[in-house]
Amino acid sequence: MTAASPNKPDFQPESGFIVACKRDLKLAMRSRGELAQAFVFFTIVVSLFPIAIGPEALILKRVAPGVLWVCALLAVLLTLPRIFQQDYLDATLEQLALSRYPLAAIVGGKMLAHWLTTGLPLALLAPVIGLQYSLEARELFILMLGLLLGTPVLTMLGAMGAALTLGVRGGAMLMALLVLPLYIPVLIFGTGAVESSMAGLDAAANLYLLAALNLFGIITIPFAVSQAIKISLD
Amino acid sequence: MGVVGIVALAADRLTLNRGERNLFTDLSFSVNGGEALILRGANGVGKTSLLRVLAGLTMPDSGNIFLNNTNVKPLSESSRQHIHYVAHANQLKDELTAEENLSDALAIDGVTTTLETRLDALNRVGLLKQRQVLANKLSQGQKRRIGIANLLLNQKPIWLLDEPTNALDADAVTLMLAIIDNHLTNGGLSVIATHLALALNHPSDDLTLTEPK
Amino acid sequence: MSLFKYSAPSTFYPLAGKLVPWFGTLAFLLCATGLYLGLFVAPEDFQQGEVYRIIFIHVPTAWMAMFIYLVMAGYAVLSLIYQTRLSAMMIEALAPTGALFTALALWTGALWGKPTWGTYWAWDARMTSTLILLFLYIGYIALVNAIEDKKRADKAGALLVLVGSVNVPIIYFSVQWWNTLHQGASISVSQGNKMATIMLVSMLIMALACWMYAIAVSLCRVRAIILTREKNATWVADIAEIKGMKEPR
Repeated sequence: MTAASPNKPDFQPESGFIVACKRDLKLAMRSRGELAQAFVFFTIVVSLFPIAIGPEALILKRVAPGVLWVCALLAVLLTLPRIFQQDYLDATLEQLALSRYPLAAIVGGKMLAHWLTTGLPLALLAPVIGLQYSLEARELFILMLGLLLGTPVLTMLGAMGAALTLGVRGGAMLMALLVLPLYIPVLIFGTGAVESSMAGLDAAANLYLLAALNLFGIITIPFAVSQAIKISLD
Repeated sequence: MGVVGIVALAADRLTLNRGERNLFTDLSFSVNGGEALILRGANGVGKTSLLRVLAGLTMPDSGNIFLNNTNVKPLSESSRQHIHYVAHANQLKDELTAEENLSDALAIDGVTTTLETRLDALNRVGLLKQRQVLANKLSQGQKRRIGIANLLLNQKPIWLLDEPTNALDADAVTLMLAIIDNHLTNGGLSVIATHLALALNHPSDDLTLTEPK
Repeated sequence: MSLFKYSAPSTFYPLAGKLVPWFGTLAFLLCATGLYLGLFVAPEDFQQGEVYRIIFIHVPTAWMAMFIYLVMAGYAVLSLIYQTRLSAMMIEALAPTGALFTALALWTGALWGKPTWGTYWAWDARMTSTLILLFLYIGYIALVNAIEDKKRADKAGALLVLVGSVNVPIIYFSVQWWNTLHQGASISVSQGNKMATIMLVSMLIMALACWMYAIAVSLCRVRAIILTREKNATWVADIAEIKGMKEPR
């Protein structure tokens, strides 16, 4: 009656990773409206600054890297509860923890799905919005590259914060409190890249640092997050 | 449905405190393949917590779990290969249809099934007509039946069930009991937390948890 | 091994009680010595005059802020590997003192900044890193207070401190990087390139004083934490302080 394979199946982490990623992508596509909110938020908040500071092109250009990065960071922060919150509430998180696939692989897949639906589109959207700040094409390109390299780290660190605060009173705000200090290196290197480009210098060093953070995160964070989930399920 | 090997689940002196409440102390029991253990007790006495400890989701304050006479750590690879936990909450995604929910739950557990197999299972639980209906449009009883369909198709030998007959009508209850019986016949074992008298055809022990004095 | 005997709250409680006065006295004596040396014996600074003397509080507290976080991380490792409740309680006991030292370092830094840079806050690399460290402390305290189940709070807090401590070098490095990009201000006390030995000695003595204080206060705090957690245990009812607090009929 079942279609179980005759040989002992092995539950490779890679398969778990892919299955989890596809699942979360499918779920995200079903609530597209909710997804879009993050981008609308980003657009609105980015527009708030010129309204608040004044439209002088020189000043806007000077603050552009910082403002755009901070707004991107906040937009990602807004979407973070989605990673585990719903699974925690409907008890599918327990299914994930008891899966024959390693939880770290499932977590990795979920983080990738999250990035594909938040960080990646944000990185592609930012240069367009960045035009409002009189940035040059090359600088916008560096902004986009930096966001492409930095947003995965934001997703990973954010997943850590989300996992630790599951079901806790005031969870979203507490998560922000925990995660924002950890975001600072990404912010520094990301804005540093754009500013170097604006100063006519090579942005490569900052971008390499972002790539290094990414790599370090990919190696360490899925396991740490799976530990945090087990702690939260206790 | 085939179950691999003989399995045995044993608890050795489990103690759990939740905050200041002591839920159970030095609790020991064993369940072998083909047997069921029924957990009884008032609401809030700790049945769900005990199931979660057996599943490895909650860490006991002291004590061990033995799977096939081997001590296992919570959520170790061995436990995860053998244990299926059905929670009190519906483990369903509102945005997915009945069939998609079934397919997803099995896939994330590493169980590959064909569409026919899943439709067949949905048919057995009386949800074939609702297979394309989004989960949030189903009644509570229908939602629980998706979980039953999952039980039909998953391959794990140990079933930890928390109030499995919750929200089920009489027919569905009969079906559920038949499925559990079938599972036990195939050598699986089950620990079930319930209020009701469950008429199973297999040896089953009762374990009643009580409020501490 | 006899040391493990003290990993149970019931045996650690009296031990901690006996140790507190020793560390407290040491702290007081070291502090008095350090302040005397720093305020009265050490010479005036070449550039900054008398104002620089605030470093005798600023630098030791900044060192301790960092050191305490590392000690917390050490206990976090112990608590996650050996599942000892006492290790987790020590983290909870240390955190407020760590946060206090961080805040003191920031405050004294600001007080120093005003006469030297003309502004209370000039985003110098070390001060910015110390500010971020304060956020990490506050984050830990907030998390542990928000989670009601103590077991979960302990484990989550320990994991958070571990993650934080891995991030601290990254954060410090990135802030240095940021500072060089922006040519920020930086405080230092100069006697040419060497600091007078007496100044270094005074700072070290003050650092030791802070350390003794931190130990004394954390031991006190962990005793209170133990009592709160174990209040229903039989050994708690037997100790002198509790017996004297029996409710009146």
